Amino acid sequence: MSGITVNAKINGDPVEFICEADETLLDVLRNRLGLTGAKEGCSTGDCGACSVTVDGRLTCSCLVLGAEIEGHNIGTIEGMAHGEELHPLQKKFIEHAALQCGVCTPGFLIAAKSLLDKNPDPTETEIRFGLAGNLCRCTGYDKIVRAVQDTAKEMRKTNSRKGA
Amino acid sequence: MRYERPTTLKAAAQMLAKEKGQAFILAGGTDLLVRLRTGFIEPDLIVDIKSINGSKTIQKTATGFKIGSAVSGAELGEHAALKKAWPGVVEAANLIGSKQVQGRCTMTGNLCNASPAADSVPALVAAAAKVVIVGPKGKRTVAAEEIPVGPGKTSLKKGEIIESIVLPKRPPKSGDAYLRFIPRTEMDIAVVGVGVSLTLDGKGVVTKARVALGAVAPTVRLVPAAAKALIGTKMDKAALDALAAACSAACSPIDDKRGTRDFRIKVAGVLARRAAVIARKRAGGK
Repeated sequence: MSGITVNAKINGDPVEFICEADETLLDVLRNRLGLTGAKEGCSTGDCGACSVTVDGRLTCSCLVLGAEIEGHNIGTIEGMAHGEELHPLQKKFIEHAALQCGVCTPGFLIAAKSLLDKNPDPTETEIRFGLAGNLCRCTGYDKIVRAVQDTAKEMRKTNSRKGA
Repeated sequence: MRYERPTTLKAAAQMLAKEKGQAFILAGGTDLLVRLRTGFIEPDLIVDIKSINGSKTIQKTATGFKIGSAVSGAELGEHAALKKAWPGVVEAANLIGSKQVQGRCTMTGNLCNASPAADSVPALVAAAAKVVIVGPKGKRTVAAEEIPVGPGKTSLKKGEIIESIVLPKRPPKSGDAYLRFIPRTEMDIAVVGVGVSLTLDGKGVVTKARVALGAVAPTVRLVPAAAKALIGTKMDKAALDALAAACSAACSPIDDKRGTRDFRIKVAGVLARRAAVIARKRAGGK
């Protein structure tokens, strides 16, 4: 089998890789690029553990072929913190203990960030619907919802201070 | 397996027509990749249509809206003019899967996957959507309800690709709605789905209607008797009763883990009534 050469951007950095036609973006991220933050849960697009963004849009990387991302911008959990400085969502997930085993956490963080980017002041219902594509078998979701609500509140404060 | 990304419909149709093995079209991939990964299909060729000009655009034309085959659910939901004209179609498409799935899934894929429970299909059929197909023998246009012919089976011939879905321009005082029943609140497959589209006159009398049912037969079903129950009425209790009865009568569902036959028959009538009331409100009726 001859591989397909793909050029794309991941977290802003240009990357080039070779993959097979039937390899998913998730396989490429984990096995070829060493970006193991996105997790394989169900591999059928139901659990959200492999969530990434493609050109800013939330997607399950298990439902994208590696070859498809030629010329596109991919955002992964590895690009969420600024160096040592964690993203507010990451800090709040720790503060609220919104994780236990941690397998679903990168997916929840990516999905929550995508939600807050579009809607900085979501209701609890909007958060629960917005994160319905992410499954967590440990927390019972309440702590996750509270962490997202608290982050939203803090980010609104920070942004209004910046705007003033 | 080979992966191809043609930039024209003609090239894509040629690739599909020439392929001797199993060939599949890839748009959003939310059904195709699941089937690929679970070993349900073993494609020799996958043709990605997202680089084809027009496949990712929603075009407002003099006669309605032309929706490219690779337009995602999320993109439909963000298109204000489309949402205003066809709220039922957009709400149906937006019910498919999670936010993650919405980022990729397409109405054309939903139609071609040919699941009896496809959410966007009853709404498209109620809306009298047309489907533009390009193939080795040129272009043809068919009604949306002619695409699925059974669970997982379509009327598309070898080498044919759906270029776009066309929603007609609406007369004033028109509205549409889609409702489904699922036992959960999100992320589930319709046990029953109902799409209703209607037009009122100045006095609030229904002049035009189309009603379609999902998940109650091997394919999504257009129910002319249900439309007839509404036309010429102000949708009083008797008309809504007749609508519900016509919908229940049109069902030939199966018993499965998601719902029994009797339950589906009953709920089809209940949802049709509720969807019709929402469509009337959207049409500017009371």
